[in-house]
Amino acid sequence: MTSRIFAVADPWNHARARHLSDVTRRRGAVMIRLEHVSKCFGGARVVDDVTLTIEPARTTALIGPSGSGKSTLLAMIVGLVTPDEGEIEVARHLLTPLSAAKLRSLMGYVIQEGGLFPHLTARRNIELMAREMRWPAERRTARLEELLRLTRFPAEALDRFPAELSGGQRQRVALMRALMLDPEILLMDEPLGALDPLIRADLQDDLAAIFARLRKTVVIVTHDLAEAGFFAEQIVLMNHGRIAQQGRFADFVERPAEEFVTRFVRASARRLADLPLPPEGAR
Amino acid sequence: MRGALAILLALLLLGACAREGDVVRIGSKTFTESVILSDIVADLAAASGARVIRRPALGGTRLVWNALLSGEIDAYPEYTGTLRQEILAQLRLSNDRQLADALGDLGLRMSLPFGFGNGYALGMRRDKAEALGVRTISDLARQASLVFALSEELLARADGWPALRAAYGFAAEDVRGLDHDIAYKGLLDGAIDVVDLYATDPQIADRRILVLDDDRKLFAENRAVLLYRVDLEQRAPQAVMSMLRLEGRIDAPAMIAMNIAVKTGLRTEREAAANFGATQFGVEAPAPSQSLAERLWRRTREHLFLVGVSLAAAILVAVPLGVAAAKRPRLGHAILGVASVLQTIPSLALLVFMIPLLGIGAPPAIAALFLYSLLPIVRNVATGLSSIPRAIRDSAIAIGLTPWRRLLLVELPMASPAILAGLKTAAVINVGTATLGALIGAGGYGQPIFTGVRLDNFALILEGAIPAALMALAAQGLFDLAESRIVPRGLRLKATG
Repeated sequence: MTSRIFAVADPWNHARARHLSDVTRRRGAVMIRLEHVSKCFGGARVVDDVTLTIEPARTTALIGPSGSGKSTLLAMIVGLVTPDEGEIEVARHLLTPLSAAKLRSLMGYVIQEGGLFPHLTARRNIELMAREMRWPAERRTARLEELLRLTRFPAEALDRFPAELSGGQRQRVALMRALMLDPEILLMDEPLGALDPLIRADLQDDLAAIFARLRKTVVIVTHDLAEAGFFAEQIVLMNHGRIAQQGRFADFVERPAEEFVTRFVRASARRLADLPLPPEGAR
Repeated sequence: MRGALAILLALLLLGACAREGDVVRIGSKTFTESVILSDIVADLAAASGARVIRRPALGGTRLVWNALLSGEIDAYPEYTGTLRQEILAQLRLSNDRQLADALGDLGLRMSLPFGFGNGYALGMRRDKAEALGVRTISDLARQASLVFALSEELLARADGWPALRAAYGFAAEDVRGLDHDIAYKGLLDGAIDVVDLYATDPQIADRRILVLDDDRKLFAENRAVLLYRVDLEQRAPQAVMSMLRLEGRIDAPAMIAMNIAVKTGLRTEREAAANFGATQFGVEAPAPSQSLAERLWRRTREHLFLVGVSLAAAILVAVPLGVAAAKRPRLGHAILGVASVLQTIPSLALLVFMIPLLGIGAPPAIAALFLYSLLPIVRNVATGLSSIPRAIRDSAIAIGLTPWRRLLLVELPMASPAILAGLKTAAVINVGTATLGALIGAGGYGQPIFTGVRLDNFALILEGAIPAALMALAAQGLFDLAESRIVPRGLRLKATG
């Protein structure tokens, strides 16, 4: 199944994907590299001298409190924001305003609330770029069917407009849209941020399964340490535009790098642990 | 057969070219007497075999004068006092001999007087004047706290209000400039105490009005003449000769009678003119009578033409400008600034500004309407585009759409409700403002409105006002319909959880 999803991509994409897997799938290889990257907005240093490498075919979570710069970092990787200082490389290509357009075809981007185009149906949202690239109808349909199975999205809801979908369904559509052209990299900015707890848990399970199946390079921004631990092999905790610590979930608990990390972990752990949970089977 | 047809066509074309030299364009100012005189002149010119184009009620003195100078019209009726004291006031001409010389320098010629003067006078309601004991202008000058409404021409003329004020030493403070016919209506209603009158005004004969004695003999003679371009004598000598037959043939009672006939609705201007021509010169000029439906249809076509052309041009220009304004905020400020300034120019002033550039008739009206339609469209396009949520704009970039495709597939459709609202506003404003086009000879629904105001004919005002209102409503309905067709369904839905 996994191989089929790769196989449907257009030939250029397919060849490139194979090339990329040859080059980058080796251990220690690099898919995204940030070198001393900084960004200021109106005098405030939102991202401050960040150096970071993201390995291919793995899930990386960017976490941190609001305003820590994690979303800006992601926006810089997709080329929506240009860094003031430093360099970003995606698949060994230097990201510049000029190259960004080309490199974007390697990246799918999902934003909080989905960023779906409200005037287009779910189907048109998902197929938009494939139509732009003049994919034949059979190819579009085949790819769409795969994505429907992958995201467990009901086919009969495809012809609804975003306003007619539930929050969870909108995020599934946004995910399908990001995956339609089978990009090598999936960037998600708080994709579950606006969902209620039950739908959120549901979608977390599905996303984890999808990441595991596709083996893509995933970068997911969240403010929730538990969610980061659930998805990611590598967690990058940011504070005031800098990386406070990066590593596995266990590292944050067992070997916190600084006092902020301890506070962040404790604050994240406190919420439910302190509350009396109902016993199993209670009504 | 085909050859014969071609020859026939060529002959017709030649004929048309040959006749072109004979065309005589007669204009007039917006008041009744001027319109009647222009129709008499036009009938006489037509009787000589010339093709006559009538441009009645073009506008105020300045506008018609400029139209004559620039060759938009060939002749119009004017008054010697107006020429000396208003139009050529800076030349300080002391008699009609000098006036004729000065006109000659401008390529114009003046006929001998038609035979009546049209000097100014001041009038009050008889009951009010008697209550105050006012009989002469000197009496009036001693009264304070009266409301004066004088025509702009009188206020501006060197021999008008300034001279009057200096000679009689007026105490009055509340002096306003007002259209003559509206002022007269206000006088009868009691809102206004003193108005200026012309010597041939029908009001002169109105028993309710007292014409105040000009006891210091300040108001000068103001004799009616025909003013025409010298080159007309070469182009249409017969027509000029025929028109000049009017010299010395209209006396004051005849003119007053014609003015009354028109003001009271007894005759149209054309009919009064034709009647005069028939009795005085034996000239048969049957006034073309149009049914209400024919008139409405012609004015609807004229109005639609003004609105349609100006709005279409405005859309073509304003939508790209709005896009540019949204994409480049600094440029946007400049664009919106210019469009806003254009909007603040009073519509009548804008229309008049266009005349030196584009002449009279439809082109200047269309240009002015075009400029007026820009702001609502530019502003709504810019606002519609800038109010697209950031998440959606970012998604459109990240998904890989090029700037052009983003605009076409995402931004314009999402801004379509705002854009259509802007077009609707522009269209409705445009339909209303286009009525002013009648003031510069562009026709349309404004024609009966302004004629109705001039003649104090309420039915005639409605004949223009009602269709104009209906057209505005239709424009609104059309854009509402377009909205339901063009705005994507997804944008009209309310988001659920």
